[in-house]
Formats: sequence, C-alpha cells, structure tokens
Amino acid sequence: MNDLTLIRKNLFRKKLRAILLTLSIMIAFLIFGVLGAFYKVWTSGAEVAADNRLVTVNKINFTVSMPYAYWGRVQALDGVEHAGHASWFGGYYQDPTQFVQTFAISPEEYLNTYPELVFGEGQREAFIANRTCLAVGTDLLAQYGWSLGDRIPLLSNIWQKTDGTSSWEFDICAVFDGNADNIPANYAMFHYDYYNEALAFNQDQVGWIVVTTTDASLNDQVMREIDAMFANSPAETETSTEAAFNEAFANQFGNIALILLFVVGSAFTTILIIVGFTMVTAINERTGEIAVMKTLGFPAPRIFRMVLAESVLLSLIGGLIGLGLAALMINGVAAAAAAFLPGLSMPNDVLMVGIGLAVFLGLVTGLVPAINAQRVKIVTALGKQ
Amino acid sequence: MFKQIGAVTMMNLRSIPQRAGLSIATIISIALVTGVLLGFLAMSNGFRATLQGTGSESVAVMLRSGSQAELNSGLSSDNVRLIEDAAPGIARDAEGNPLVSGELYVIVDGIKRSSQTEANLPLRGVGSRALDVREGFEMVQGRMFEPGTNELVVGAGVLREFQGFDMGETIRLGTNEWVVVGTFATGGSVFESEIWADLAVIQNLYNRGTGVQSIRARLTSPDVLEELNAWEEAEPRLNLDIQSETEFFAAQAGGTAVLIEFIGWPLAITMAIGALAGAWNTMYSSVDTRMREIATLRAIGFSGFAASVGTMVESLVLAAIGGLVGAGAVYLLFNGVSASTLGSGFTQVVFSFAVTGGSVIAGMIMAVIIGFLGGLVPAIRSAYVPLLTVHRSE
Repeated sequence: MNDLTLIRKNLFRKKLRAILLTLSIMIAFLIFGVLGAFYKVWTSGAEVAADNRLVTVNKINFTVSMPYAYWGRVQALDGVEHAGHASWFGGYYQDPTQFVQTFAISPEEYLNTYPELVFGEGQREAFIANRTCLAVGTDLLAQYGWSLGDRIPLLSNIWQKTDGTSSWEFDICAVFDGNADNIPANYAMFHYDYYNEALAFNQDQVGWIVVTTTDASLNDQVMREIDAMFANSPAETETSTEAAFNEAFANQFGNIALILLFVVGSAFTTILIIVGFTMVTAINERTGEIAVMKTLGFPAPRIFRMVLAESVLLSLIGGLIGLGLAALMINGVAAAAAAFLPGLSMPNDVLMVGIGLAVFLGLVTGLVPAINAQRVKIVTALGKQ
Repeated sequence: MFKQIGAVTMMNLRSIPQRAGLSIATIISIALVTGVLLGFLAMSNGFRATLQGTGSESVAVMLRSGSQAELNSGLSSDNVRLIEDAAPGIARDAEGNPLVSGELYVIVDGIKRSSQTEANLPLRGVGSRALDVREGFEMVQGRMFEPGTNELVVGAGVLREFQGFDMGETIRLGTNEWVVVGTFATGGSVFESEIWADLAVIQNLYNRGTGVQSIRARLTSPDVLEELNAWEEAEPRLNLDIQSETEFFAAQAGGTAVLIEFIGWPLAITMAIGALAGAWNTMYSSVDTRMREIATLRAIGFSGFAASVGTMVESLVLAAIGGLVGAGAVYLLFNGVSASTLGSGFTQVVFSFAVTGGSVIAGMIMAVIIGFLGGLVPAIRSAYVPLLTVHRSE
C-alpha cells in the first residue's frame, strides 16, 4: 500500500461527506468557468481589435454623424493605409423587435480595413459590384434562416426615404465570416450610395470612419493629424484605436468585471470555509489513527504531506469536474448565443487559472489540518482512547 | 410529545457552539448565496424603479411611427403646431395655451466617474412648456437656463455619476462650450440622468432646423389617449406612435431589468446547490457527533420523531441566521448605492440599488429551503439511531 492509496482511502472513508464536498467545490468551479468564459467574450472587443486600426467619430458622440467629405480627406493623409466609412442603419426585419445590426458602408474601402472577414468564392467581388447587395454574416444568416440569393426588405427605425417609407430592398449576394472564432459575424453590410441617394434627411453624412495605418507605430501621429484637420470645424472628430473604442463601449454597461469578481469571490469564500472547517473536523476525528501511524514510524513531515495531498486531491477532483461541466455548458450554448455573444467558447487560460485555483484551494484548506496532524502527540492521542 | 420535541430542540440549539466551525461555515455559505441573489435583485429592482417611476399616465409621448426611441425619431415643427391646434384631449393652461412640449434628444459624451471613460449622455433640448408636462421637477441648486443662451442644467443623477458638471463649470460638448447654471431633480426618475438646454439653441447648433424628436402633451385625463390615437390615425399629415409616458418607460425597463434577473437567479440557484451540500455536511456531522446522546435520549423514552425534529430545527435556524446575515449585509453595503448602465434609449440611465421587502422575502425563502433540504436526510437519520450506540465506547 503506497501513500497515494492511503490518501485515497482516507478521502473516501466517509463517502457521503466526500461527495458533498466534491459537489460544493464543483459548483464553485462551474461558476468560475462559465463566468470566466463570458467575461472573456465580453472583453474580446479589445482583443479582436487590430493594432493598426483606428476609429474616427464625431467628438460630440459616436451617434452623431459627420460630413461625407471627411472620408476623402482622411484617405489622403500620410500613414493611412486604408480608410472606409460606415453609418448605422437601425435596421429591423419585418417587425421592430427583430433587430438586425446593419451598416451602410463604402464597400471596397471598408472591407479593406477588415482583412479578417472572409467571403465565399467570388462573393466579395459580387458585393462590391452590386449596388443592392447585402453582405450577411453567417450567424445573422442562420438567425433569420436566410440564404444566399434571397431578396429581403430591411426597415430602418431611423431613416426615411424621400418617398416616405423606411424600407430598403436587398439581394443577399454575399455571406461572410471571421477567420477566427471570436470575430463577430452577426451583422450585415450594404452600399452607402444605395441608401444615401434615397434619404429624406441627413444626406451626405457618414457615421464613423475606420482607418488602418501602414504601421501601428504611426497610430498616435495619424490620430493627432485626423483630429487636428477637423478642429474648429462644425463637426470636430475624435479618433482612438479600435481597442480603446471597444473598451470604452463595453464600460458603458457598467463595471462588469467588479460584479463578476464579487460573484466568483463569494462562491470561493463559501467553499473555502466549508471545505476548510470540514477538513479540520475530519482530521481531528482521525487523531488516534495518526498517533498509531506515528507509533509505527511514519515521520511527521510524511503525515503533513499526506494530509495536504488529501485536500489538494479533493479540490482537484471537484475543480476538474466543475471546469469540465463549465466547458460542456459553454459549448452547448455557444451556437444559440452566437447572434449576440459571437465567439463564446471555453478559453484555455480560464481553464489554466481554474486548475491553479484548485491546487491553491487544496493547499489553503489542507494547511491547518496538516499542521494539526503533524503535531499529534502519540502519548496524549492514545491516552485519550 | 411536544415537551419532548421542545427539550431535544433546545439541546440541539444549545450545543451549536460545540460545533462552532461547521455551523459558522453553514451560516456564512448561506449568507453569501442570499447576498448574491439579493445583490442582483437590488440591481434590477433599482433599475426598474427608476424607469417605472418615470412618466405620468396623463402625459402622452409621441414619436415618429416605428422609431421606438426618442433618439431615432424625427418630427417637424408643423407636426407640433398641428397637435397644439387640433389634437383632442390636450390640457390647456389658464390662458388657453396647449400644454405641448416639442423636444430634441441628442447624445453627447460624458466622462463616467467610475471608469473614467466616455459614456453616452442625453442632452435634451426643451422649451418653456417642458415643465408643464413633467411632475415633481425641482431645481436643487442654482437656476433654470436662460432661453437663447449656452447655459444648461444637469440632472442630479448625471452630477453623481459623471464628472465635470458641477455648478458654474464650463463644459465642452463637441465644438460648443456650455455653462452649468443649475441642478435639477425629478423624484429619482430617469430625467435625472439627462442634461437640459434650450431647444432653439440645440436646433441651431446641431443643424436640426425647426425639427424636434419627440412631442409630449398633457392630457385632460388618461382616458383621452384612445381618442387621441383615433384622431392621429385619421389625420393623413401625421405618422406617429402615441403612448402614455408610463407605458413608454415601462417598455424600456423590461429588457435590462429582466436580463439582470435572468443572470441573478440561475447564479444564485447554482450557488445554493453548493451551499446545500455544505449545510448537509454540517448537519450530518452534527448528528454524527451526537450519536450517543441521541441514542441515550431514545433509550430513556424520547421518540425518534422528536430527535429528528431537533435536527431539522437546528438546520433551519442556521439557515435563517445565514439568510438574515446575507440580507443585512447587502442592505448595509448596497442599498442606495448609485450606478449607471446603458439603457434602451442608448444613453446612460443612473439608478440606485434598491433592496426591497419582496426580494428579502425571496432570499429568506431560498435560505430556509437550503436549510430544509440540507437537514432532511440527517434528520431522518437521527430518528433511526440504533439504541445500542449508547454502549459504544468512544
């Protein structure tokens, strides 16, 4: 019988207790894993941002538009590789509750700034050539059950045409996806000209300009130059890196990180206390046995290690099951959540941190009982009996 | 019988200190679960209260048909005039002027104190009639803006959550400089998350001509809304969605508040399963350590039922203490704490966490359920302790 067998036997000598402890540890790690994955995808806006991509918006707020002419002036700047513009369409399909994230863009130039978008064979060219084409992301396509070649009307909750309606007809002639899982494909794009020419108001205005610089080291310089160019004009601009822009937008919802920290902190405090006190009790019950082991010649450090290993084993079993369940759950809902949380998956670093936490939890909860066990005095312990 | 139950229960409760460690573990774990649940409910209740507390049954909000939010809507000054002159059921002041307010709604950037990042703030352009269609408006500090100037007043919520809006400060929104001349409150409603300035000035600065985005009108009574809608349907020059202001904001409360609850409940229930395992474990140990004591009681004639009730009550008491500690902690730490999030108007809504009686009751019920389920199996077990255990030597 080696030490490991002894540790295992000790851990499961009271089966119900071991199962209950494993269950509560598992729950904490399940919560940690699921929330960790959500947090990752929530903050992925900054992660998927290209390091040489900038966003220029109206300084008042990004919902306020700016003149179309700005686009040409930005394109001409030194250090600018590509510049495309986009406008928020406020689209919906059939019913106002069926929201469709849609942008009116300068087709070729805008796509140049997003090289991570991949199209089917010849579809990128078809989109650029065809004025009424709607390029639809795969997740959005699946959400509404559309297919390539469909002709669909999209309505806008903001814009009106000169004929008084708010409906634009589109042909779905291109489908795109990101070249990585965490790149969103839950929106649609169409030609700015097709939309602008019919507008009843706010004509020749664009929502924002996306710029890629020839090199990320030029970001600061280009940002400064763009904003300086439009300073003291009726529509001043504010240019930031894509990462900073995405981060600021995520922050608008509140301090999500703090809330998650509270929740995960509560879950871990709970198991720390439950497991900690139970381990102390469990080892106390075994005082007599430990005295016998010492009498048989087990050295104190070996007993210390065995108790510690027992609690680490317990917390690793619970932790791994919990993390495994979290991964299963996340993979299960990923497809359903693709429309509003694209790229939801179980990131490896969350798993790694989880395993690290499990070992840490085991060490912390095992420390006091291990010290107690090490200190057991043969005479007093056996004398009790 | 009742005497027996009472005696065993008191013995159980008095002996809790002997199992202090595990009992505290149970109390704290149940307190934390209750705390997480109540924290989320306080958030959703606070948000909901802010939006539902906004608006009046006897004020109609009119937006361009299909636009859903003030931000998306656009209406001409002809629309406003038509409603002032011809719409039925509009209340009038002593001089016979209609109480109708055309308003603009522009989003500007403000710096959030908590994150130091820019967030969407609504800048509302209002005319002199704005106060006639709102209830509970009061200037907390300073005065109202002078029409035709670059003065603005800010809601109390904006002042709380955003920096740079203190009295007398000059603030730059885009190209324009504004002076803050006052702070207003509207009884905790969503208007406190807004900045107000003169309608004509904003129309001019934002190139809106004479257009507005929403029209609010005070009705002679809430019942005339139907009549007003029928009139609008029949009027070819108008294409509006008309709702009571209460309805308008209640619809906006839905999404976010429900989302918070949809996250809070499953999370709390999952954590409750963990706490349940903890409580079960504690009660199991409790019965374990008292095996001889229970067997002795049985031997001198106490019933197994009395023994199990004693165990169950111990579990319920621990759970109830945990629930109360959790609820108390959330109340002390979070009740009234100010926060803001992006509302469905695409602007920040400032709200205060609200720990309500209903949510405390929900939390306590959950705590007691954990206590009941956690104590159930150990309680049954304590009813069947074999009498021979008395003789077992320890």
